[in-house]
Amino acid sequence: MKSLADRPVDPVVGLTVSHESAALHVTGAALYTDDLVARMSGCLHAWPVQAPHAHARVTALRAEPAMAIPGVVRVLTAADVPGVNDAGTKEDEPLFPGEVMYYGHAVCWVLGETPEAARLGAEAVEVEYEVLPSLLTLTEAIDAGSFQGGQPTLSRGDAAAALERAPRRFSGTFELGGQEHFYLETHASFAYVDEAGQVFIHSSTQHPSETQEIAAHVLDLTSSEVTVQCLRMGGGFGGKEMQPHGLAAIAALGTVLTGRPVRLRLNRTQDMTITGKRHPFHATWEVGFDDDGHLLALRATITSDGGWCLDLSEPVLARALCHIDNSYFIPDVEVHGRIAKTNKTSQTAFRGFGGPQGMLVIEDILGRCAPALGIDPTELRRRNLYLPGQSTPYGQPVRHAERLRDIWTQLSGRADLERRRAEVGQFNATHEHTKRGLAMTPVKFGISFNLTAFNQAGALVHVYKDGSVLINHGGTEMGQGLHTKMRQVAATALGIPLAFVRLAPTRTDKVPNTSATAASSGSDLNGGAVKNACEQIRDRLAEVAARKFNIHPDDVRFVDGRVTGVGFHDRDISFAQLANDAYFQRIPLFAAGYYRTDGIHWDSSRMQGEPFKYYSYGAAVSEVEVDGFTGAYRFLRTDIVHDVGDSLSPLVDLGQIEGGFVQGTGWLTLEELRWDVSDGPNRGRLATQAASTYKLPSFSEMPEELNVHLYERATESGVVYGSKAVGEPPLMLAFSIREALRAAAAAFGPGDRPLELASPATPEAVFWAVQAAREAAADSSAAGERTVSAGLRDSGDVGPRVSGDVGTETGTASRPRGEVPSAQPSSSAPARSRRR
Amino acid sequence: MEPIEVNVNGLVRGSAAGPNDSLLDWLRGLGLTGAKEGCAEGECGACAVLVARSDGPERTRWTAVNSCLPPALAFDGGEIVTSEGLGTAGGAGVAQELHPVQREMADRGGSQCGYCTPGFVCAMAAEYYRPDRQPAGSEGPAADHGPNGFDLHALSGNLCRCTGYRPIRDAAYALGQPAGDDPLAARLAAPPPVVKLTRSGPGGSGPGRSAPDASGFVRPGTLEELLERLEQQPDAVLVAGATDVGVERNIRHARPPLVLAVDRLEELRGLHFGQEHIEIGAALTLSEIERGLDGRVPLLSQLFPQFASRLIRNSATLGGNLGTASPIGDAAPVLLALDAVLVLASKRSEREVALADYFTGYRRTVREPGEIIRAVRIPLPLAPSTAFHKIAKRRFDDISSVAVAFAATFDGATVTNVRIGLGGVAATPIRARATEDALTGRELTRESAAEAGRIMAGEGTPLDDHRASARYRAAMLEQAVLRFHAENLPDLEVAR
Repeated sequence: MKSLADRPVDPVVGLTVSHESAALHVTGAALYTDDLVARMSGCLHAWPVQAPHAHARVTALRAEPAMAIPGVVRVLTAADVPGVNDAGTKEDEPLFPGEVMYYGHAVCWVLGETPEAARLGAEAVEVEYEVLPSLLTLTEAIDAGSFQGGQPTLSRGDAAAALERAPRRFSGTFELGGQEHFYLETHASFAYVDEAGQVFIHSSTQHPSETQEIAAHVLDLTSSEVTVQCLRMGGGFGGKEMQPHGLAAIAALGTVLTGRPVRLRLNRTQDMTITGKRHPFHATWEVGFDDDGHLLALRATITSDGGWCLDLSEPVLARALCHIDNSYFIPDVEVHGRIAKTNKTSQTAFRGFGGPQGMLVIEDILGRCAPALGIDPTELRRRNLYLPGQSTPYGQPVRHAERLRDIWTQLSGRADLERRRAEVGQFNATHEHTKRGLAMTPVKFGISFNLTAFNQAGALVHVYKDGSVLINHGGTEMGQGLHTKMRQVAATALGIPLAFVRLAPTRTDKVPNTSATAASSGSDLNGGAVKNACEQIRDRLAEVAARKFNIHPDDVRFVDGRVTGVGFHDRDISFAQLANDAYFQRIPLFAAGYYRTDGIHWDSSRMQGEPFKYYSYGAAVSEVEVDGFTGAYRFLRTDIVHDVGDSLSPLVDLGQIEGGFVQGTGWLTLEELRWDVSDGPNRGRLATQAASTYKLPSFSEMPEELNVHLYERATESGVVYGSKAVGEPPLMLAFSIREALRAAAAAFGPGDRPLELASPATPEAVFWAVQAAREAAADSSAAGERTVSAGLRDSGDVGPRVSGDVGTETGTASRPRGEVPSAQPSSSAPARSRRR
Repeated sequence: MEPIEVNVNGLVRGSAAGPNDSLLDWLRGLGLTGAKEGCAEGECGACAVLVARSDGPERTRWTAVNSCLPPALAFDGGEIVTSEGLGTAGGAGVAQELHPVQREMADRGGSQCGYCTPGFVCAMAAEYYRPDRQPAGSEGPAADHGPNGFDLHALSGNLCRCTGYRPIRDAAYALGQPAGDDPLAARLAAPPPVVKLTRSGPGGSGPGRSAPDASGFVRPGTLEELLERLEQQPDAVLVAGATDVGVERNIRHARPPLVLAVDRLEELRGLHFGQEHIEIGAALTLSEIERGLDGRVPLLSQLFPQFASRLIRNSATLGGNLGTASPIGDAAPVLLALDAVLVLASKRSEREVALADYFTGYRRTVREPGEIIRAVRIPLPLAPSTAFHKIAKRRFDDISSVAVAFAATFDGATVTNVRIGLGGVAATPIRARATEDALTGRELTRESAAEAGRIMAGEGTPLDDHRASARYRAAMLEQAVLRFHAENLPDLEVAR
């Protein structure tokens, strides 16, 4: 039996093809959930009543005034819920809350004949609130001890002892901001009651099965009575993994109660103020290095801002902990994780799922400590890359660790790193008001859901008598090209041209109990299932063909829509003829496929195991230019080498790498969520709740030169056709941009001491870093261990900023170098053997 | 509700629209769901469509605009092309016929989720059909231009969250010239249709955004009629491109009692070059002014690309930008530095007011009820040394946290005259008078610039908000003077 990774000759996977809906996209013919509304008459529109307080008790709610508005049909409240009044899976997300937990929390929903009627109805609903004290910032929550969920610790060895022994020690704090998904298509659900009471919900959801389950429990129906379909999404990025459920449940409740189709589409303001975002994090850390810059130990506490309810915060935190090492071997580790509970939107999945936040902590540490260690940051990173045989702090061997150094070397050459480093130095020496920075950072990202059970998938494949093929699978299409890849997988497995294969929209009555299309796992899991289903059918067809050709079924070959025997030169039949023959021999031409990821396990209580099927690797070099007058910047060039295994679809993978990189760049630079943290009447209000105030990258943020190379000879055994996942890992290539900005800012000063850079590194943040560097230049008497923090305090009103204290070197002052007792068990050797 | 007729994709479509229905609402109501609402405030461009607009007296220009902002009623009698009208995807019984723009976007991976794509396609098509787009010569393409002359700024009003833009740029730069038999190219040789003098009074009602009996829409045929109606109903709202009014309607749900469409009023659309001043009609779009001035006011040339995206500049007007009196509108600081004068007209009179005397408070001006901005006059001669600094998070298409405009005259290295306009640092756009005084009559040196910079940092009363801290704003004022010195330094040193 061939392995999952083997490809036949001339496979359709690996071909460069456009997105399977490209022609529909460019002509506007592609349908999204809300586009269906124009095709159905008599539809009602839902509008939320959003609370104007960060934290309050609802003491009275009067819907009658709304009912007096012409066109208002119904006001949905908690009393209308036949089942469970909860929109989540942790029973902490009431669909209609009695206690308002964040500014903009929807307390009830109005259904109207028009959006305008529903809006006016929502304005007319009278709600009385008893305002309660609120916590908004991470530091407020930490100080108040406001946490939710588990508080896991990731540990290996004895970090305290290792720190004690470390010749070079630093400590600091770091705060990093969240990110709004800003999928171009806002949340949308469209529900109606179908034949025989069946509730049919169109939803822009990454997780149709969970949307179905939650709508069912709200309505007190069984899952078999609710069908959820997702045609496609106008972007998801994790924002539609958990967040659609309650909205779909509202639409479903409305349709059940009124008997009319109900459309619920959030406008951008509602989407940004109601739905969850990427978790901001706060970190305090101590790190130890040897004199050569090898990491010896890390002790840290990372606290995520989970917002008002638990949502996916626990697995997000787990992934953050599992990625705090990024690509670096740290022998002794002790990292505590906590989830703060604040009066903000419920923070949720977002591309990378905590991984980027964990990795940013170590990248910030290295970026800050390198000057104090007197080691170039790129060299410091290279020196600490995992070596074959080493394991992560949670005990998983880093398979293919050699790829990290290989990618690093290849990329240095492709990016012409040494020559450009000299050029940047030359540029900086001759330009007073503009400086350039160059930085290189790696990515190692674990692929699979941390929770083992989610790593399964199903598919349903039909072959019709005319040889055409229709595939269903459990994954959803949000632009990432999953359906394109699945068509290529099916065409490859059945040996037919791509044009034979159509893909049906994802719906829960075709493939049940699916996992979210998330964790970059869509093509690994669903590809395995589609391939399995196709191979069942192909094996049956092979028997039919074998009888016809009078050969053994193993010798039947399926190539480009023709079926023949091995070594044949003049006999073949069409795939369609064979399918027709099979029908008349009463051979079933459809199959359910299934896939489960082998060999993974995870003990969440001990934070140990091998949760990931494999690691995805990559690295990026970025060059930026900073204007010293304003802190504004341009991204001049980025070079990337990224490991996607043997690509299933190179154009799709390239798009994921570039798009992820730019999205990561947005998170780390422009995209700044600011909340009103004043004690005024708008306390808790999201101040950046529109495209005009929350700035996504546009053309101006694309690097002027962007070179992406797919790592070659990268077959990943045990994954469908030797490929690797690609959705999330490239986002973290953007660390190179942030570190290049730090380097450019530092070039305004002596560059020999830690330089803090807030995250996001907005032009303002970069300007303050530039000013700090200039002040350091002026203050030439300062010693290397002194902190350079001037100007980095928050101006006061809103939003996450970097804290004032920095990577303060804590070890060297009291213990002169050379007298360190820990010199004998040097750096990584013992720990490496321990983990082998 | 008022039935309107619009030529959409070559077919005249008739359907009712209310005064508060956007063009996007109306198109989607027809089942043309290609154009999407992404942000409802003209930032993302997912709603972009092509409108036939005049290009000189006898020609048409395909002009991309955000359909989420303007009222549908303003397009009565007009002509529009949407992504559906550019090409067909193919499918049951329909052949695939992609437009060259669509073909390049599809083949190069220019779409992922596809939601922003129809808007990108329309914005790209407008640039594809731009009459003066020429392939680059031997000196190579200009900055942000492709070898085919494609100006990437044409897409600066379109946001994509998936691709990272590189494939979209490649698609744009790969486009050739329209084929000889391209019907949309051929269409440019004739003038656009004349829009109708639509009126939709209070009294209508229907399923749109409008509450019954609340709002009206009138397109006056003459300036006289406009001023007459405004006299009768001073709380009416003037709409040209609706780039501000549309946001008020979509985001803050403003429902003005009467909308008066002024975008086609010829009396407001003049551009006159006189001996003493240049007069710019208040209802000319920024794009039209840009083309009409053709670089003759260098400070405005610096302003335009930074003012807003091409999609917005195709609709926005100086009348609107100054009429809303926003403290962060980018035109005001520039026009203050240019010492501009506004011509205010009402039914009874016409008067001139210096822009420096026009603003009286936060979004308040000397403009009286019934009075409109008819034109903006820029005195001649222009100061020879000018600069515009826009401080914002994003380089393209963002709102300023601080905007600074300089217009100076030097005698050697000595500043003989300087005007500095500031936006974003006070309740109104202001002149930096103390800084001007500190610079005037002195040589511009590193030291004098530093000294003036410290004074500049104290101009206005900058606030902390989500765009920037007060401290950063003040620092940016100071830095602007240092930059002005640095950028003029080579010339000054030669003069010395």
